[in-house]
This record gives sequence, C-alpha cells and structure tokens, in this order.
Amino acid sequence: MSKLEPIGKISDLPEESKLRPGHRLCAGCGPAIVAKIITLAVPEAVIVNATGCVEVSTTIYPYSAWKTPWVHVLFQNNAAVASGIVAALEKLSAEGRAKKIPVIALGGDGATFDIGLGAISGALERLDKFVYICYDNEAYMNTGIQRSGATILGGATTTSPAGKVIPGKQENKKDLISIVASHHIPYAATATLWLWRDMINKIRKAVNYSEQGPAFLHVLAPCQFGWRYEPHLTIKMSKMAVETRLFPIYEIEDGQLKINFRVTKPTPVEEYLKIQRRTRHLLEPKNAETLQRLKEWIEWNWQRLENLEKAGKVF
Amino acid sequence: MMTKALSRQHRIALTGNDAVAYAVKQARVDVISAYPITPQTFVVETLSRYVYDGELDAKFIAVESEHSAMSAVIGAALAGARTFTATSSQGLAYMWEALYAASGLRLPIVMALAARALSAPINIHNDHSDFFGMRDSGWIMFNGEEAQETYDLTIMAYKIAEDPRVLLPVVVSYDGFIVSHAISDFYALNDDVVAEFLGKRTTGPKIDPDNPRSFGVLALQDSYFEFKRQQYEAMENSRQVIREVFEKYAEISGREYKPLKEYMTEDAETCIVAMGSTVGTARQAVKTLREKGEKVGVIGILQYRPWPTKEVEQAFPRFKRIIVMEKTMSPGARAGPMYEDIASTLYPKHSEVKMIDYTYGLGGRDISPQGIIDIYRLGKELIDKDKNDRVQFYGVRE
Repeated sequence: MSKLEPIGKISDLPEESKLRPGHRLCAGCGPAIVAKIITLAVPEAVIVNATGCVEVSTTIYPYSAWKTPWVHVLFQNNAAVASGIVAALEKLSAEGRAKKIPVIALGGDGATFDIGLGAISGALERLDKFVYICYDNEAYMNTGIQRSGATILGGATTTSPAGKVIPGKQENKKDLISIVASHHIPYAATATLWLWRDMINKIRKAVNYSEQGPAFLHVLAPCQFGWRYEPHLTIKMSKMAVETRLFPIYEIEDGQLKINFRVTKPTPVEEYLKIQRRTRHLLEPKNAETLQRLKEWIEWNWQRLENLEKAGKVF
Repeated sequence: MMTKALSRQHRIALTGNDAVAYAVKQARVDVISAYPITPQTFVVETLSRYVYDGELDAKFIAVESEHSAMSAVIGAALAGARTFTATSSQGLAYMWEALYAASGLRLPIVMALAARALSAPINIHNDHSDFFGMRDSGWIMFNGEEAQETYDLTIMAYKIAEDPRVLLPVVVSYDGFIVSHAISDFYALNDDVVAEFLGKRTTGPKIDPDNPRSFGVLALQDSYFEFKRQQYEAMENSRQVIREVFEKYAEISGREYKPLKEYMTEDAETCIVAMGSTVGTARQAVKTLREKGEKVGVIGILQYRPWPTKEVEQAFPRFKRIIVMEKTMSPGARAGPMYEDIASTLYPKHSEVKMIDYTYGLGGRDISPQGIIDIYRLGKELIDKDKNDRVQFYGVRE
C-alpha cells in the first residue's frame, strides 16, 4: 500500500465519499461526519463496524450506504473481527487470492470504552495491523442516551439523570488513550470534527502506521440528540470541547506525547455546558460541587498532558 | 477399493486432540484462532507448533478470549479464508452470540469441541452439556466416537461447510479426556489426498474492494425472516451434501460413514441410543447381553444436526423399546434432547414404540459396560411396567 501524504486543503480529497447519501443518521450527526471523512481520507479500506448508530443507520436491508467493503458482526468484537480480517488478507494476498487493503475498525464509545475493551486490548497487545477509530459521542445513543465510560462528569443521561439529589454522572470520563498507549502501539491520537485537517491527517497517518502495527484514534463526535442541542451546532460543540480544554487534541507517536492544539486561554467550561441540555443543570447553584469537580479535572488533565509531553518518550 | 484407498493413507497413533490438529493441518487452513481451555488445549498447542515450525502455512491468532476466537475466525472467513477454532465447555458458552453470527453470516467455519461439563459446579470432565447447548445455533453438528471418526469428520467438515449449497459452520465434537487425551491408532490420509479432496476455499463471502459488499447488515421486520428461512434451507440442503461427501470420502478412505451407527439392531427388540465414546462401551455391553440371549442393539448418533430424520424413521420403528442415554440434563423438560428428537420423529406414525430417557455420566461420572447392562435391565423393566413417564438418572447418589 502506498503511503498517504498529509493533505493541505479540502480539495486534496476526492469529491465523493464512499458513505453515500440516503443513510438514516440524524441531521447534524457527528459520527456520520467521522464515517464520511474516513472514506474520504482513505482511498480503499474495509470498515469493521461495531453495533451502534453508524451501523444500524447505514445498512438497513436492502440498502447499504457504503461503497467500500463493510462488515458488522457484533457489539463488542470489531477489534477481534478486524484481527481475523487482517490475518486472512495477509495470507490470501500473498497467494494472490485477495487484495490487501487497510482494515479500519469503527466503533462508538460504548463499543470501545466499555463492552469491547477486552477485545481491543487483545488486538493491540498482539500488534495486529489495523486502525481502530472510536467515534465518541459520550453515551449509548443508539439505545437512547445511557451513561457510558466516556460520559463526562456531570453529564445527564437516561441512566445518570440530572436528579434532585444526584446531578448526572458522578464519575470522570475514562482515560482511554492512556489505556491504549500503555500497549505501546505505534500510534494513538485524539481528534475532533472542528479540526478537520488534523483529523483527516491523523486518519491517514494511522493507516500508514497500520502497516507496522495497530493505530488508534479517539474522535470526539458530538450528538445533537443525546447532548440535546440544535443540530446545526455540532461543529461548534466540537470546537468548544477543545477550547474549554475538556477534550484535548494530542497524539502519541513513537512513545512521545505531543499536544497538537495548544489551548492557551481556555474558554470557561460553563459556556459549553450551558448550551446543552445534558449539562446545563451543572450551572444551578445546588450542583456547584459537581461543576467544581469537573473544572478541577479539566485543569488536572491538561496539566497531566503537559507533563507527559515534557517527560519525553514515556509511552 | 479398500486396498487402493489404504495405499494412500498411513496408520498413526495420536490423541483425539492431536488427530484433530493433524486433520486441520492437512486441510491447509488459512487462519486459526483459539483460546486455551481444558480439555481442548492440546489441539491449539499442536497447531501452534505446526505453524511456528513452518509445517503449516497459516496465521495463528492467539486471542484473549473465546468470544474473540470465534469473532476472529468470523472476520477471517468473511475475508475468504479457510478457518479453524476449537473450544470446550465455558469457552463455547462464552462464544454463544458469535455462534449465531457465524451461521447467520453463512460462514464455512469448522470448530472442534472437546465436550466438557458446564459450571456450576466447575468441572473439567466430559459430558455433552456444552454440545447440546448450541443445538439451535444453526451449526451442522457431528459427534466423533474415537480418534478415527473425529479425524475423518474434521476433514469432511470443510467439504460440507464450503459447499455452495450449504455455507454453514460445522462443529465436530468428541468426548473430553476420554477421546481428547487418549492415544489411539487410526488411519490418516496422505497429505496430497486431503489436498486434492478439499482444494482451497473458493466459495462464500469475500471482502473485495473491487466488489464492495456489506456483510452483517440490519434486517428488520420486512426481511429478517427471509434471511432466517434461507438459513434453514441451507441446513436442509446439507443433508444431500453430507451424503455426497460421505460417499466421496468412502472412495478415498475406504471408510463408510452414516448419520446413524447401528450395531446388532437387525432383530433387536430393544435399542440403546447413545452419543460419543459411550457408543463403543454400549457395543461391548450389547455383545455381553446378546451372549445371554437378550435381543438388544445399539444406535450411535454421529450426525446430530441436521437431525437425520429419514434415517431415524427407517431405523427405529422396528424396536419395541428405545432406551436413550443422554450425557446432558434439560431441567424442566419432558426428556433430554435426543429423546425428544427421536420421539418427535416417530410420533404419531410409530407411537407404539415405547421410550425411556436416562441421564448419566454428568461431569465425567464413568460409565462401564456393566453400567449400560444395568440401564438396559432397569429401562426395559420400567418400560414394560409402563413406568417410563419421567427421566431416570443412572449412577448418581440420591
């Protein structure tokens, strides 16, 4: 496979995505943009989709929106299915019985942070040559907005509601990239829609790295339905998540962490929280303690990344 | 034919597990994925050795769980590879949802099952609880009695699974420890004979960027049922394909396989039904009983799914009594799974045949020829006294 060079402008990409119109994802769906961008960023790949929004909305029989090979098996096994495909394509292509193409496992945060983590860890430990892309919309949106390991502190979901006593989820978001990076794989990074060039080039870089071993991308993909904001605000949500330092953009390459988008003057997180119905309860005085914990976590996490960046090749 | 066939094979002595691994090597599989569990472990240890020593050109994916083992072979099979996995007991139970995905996706995967009891209590020894647990998962299911059958069935499994009329996964089960760990001699075909018999996999799904297809799509109320109906039909088609493969295999091996293994049934009034290694023990018991003038025979079930309906219809009505021995338990049911299969095949045309169901051997509790003689005498008596209306337990303290 030829190396994918970084792109400079959007016109460097093909005009037509291999995720075709007609799928049933929502207006303003962040994951839909991720899926579309993947097919634009990578000329040829097999997508191994975990059960979730993207899966159920793009392949309702007898239709499929995908003009690239696409596979779905179960909820928690896309990394293991990807491992099997990688092994098979390697063996069969050596005998001229198949064409070797990049293998991209795609899963939501439920599939990735929670139910599929064991299979992902297995595939990363084996250094299987594939790319894993998590589209993180911070809850189980497909089943109707339930809390996941990716839901932010204070986030209201149907299983962590903004209650009279408990104001939303009381635990912090799982530090997925640290878990992934602890497998010492060639490449791991975060990305989000607003920084589209960064995201595209990280996808391309990940595909290049997948010739050596696993590459992992954690992409924040806002969900208007679950976060409860107006559909046209998806990119703004993505932008504010970065600018508040709630979702830092960084990559770990050859063991070295690098912050790719340095937020020097963070926007107060309240600005972000107040425009979503999943979080605006945090601005009520009675929920001040949860808000304070979230703010402290944001600062602690940013500092942690700064320290790791300075520490050298620690992964 | 026999002489010609014999000249193209060799006699070796291996454990049941190693016999399976040997067959898998000869089938020239492309991708193997497995997770260790007693008593299956030696199958994958031996296969790993073949791969690491360069005797088998295959990819071996040592996964972190059985769920991933089945998932990895599903992925590999979707990409067009010939695949293999093996498991036992909890491992099979852990694969459960993926078993249905494998058959629903119509993938010609072959799996070996060294049959073992299920927890709780935890127990590593043989019974058939795991095997029967996958009854409705849409897999073709065989049960080998000893190393020879298990070896032969493993090779034939690929031919059956990959037939375009079938495209379904196949499980070859054999009794944990009793078969999996016992060394016995058997005839193995020469490598070139197997290679010629199976060729390379050419049928079924294939991931191809030049023909981009979607596999594992969402099928709702308007189409799911049709997918499942076709899957049912594939299982029905497999009956003919299995017959053909058994015939072709007899030509190259001299060994003739049938879904039911009959022994001294010709003039029998009572038939003992069993599965797995117990069939051989039952033959021994029947021999002894025959010497004492008892008109008894035994039928071993080699092919469990598809259930050999026609063969059962032909074989069983001639008996007055059928004693079914099951190494599994179906709490709350009228009887165990084999009893129910036989009864529903005979009813209503032959409902005069009287049946009784015995649960025995759970968790590896040993069954001897004398034990089967006891079951025969007790079962016969209960049937004749019309006291055959509930499941009997043999060999348990109660």
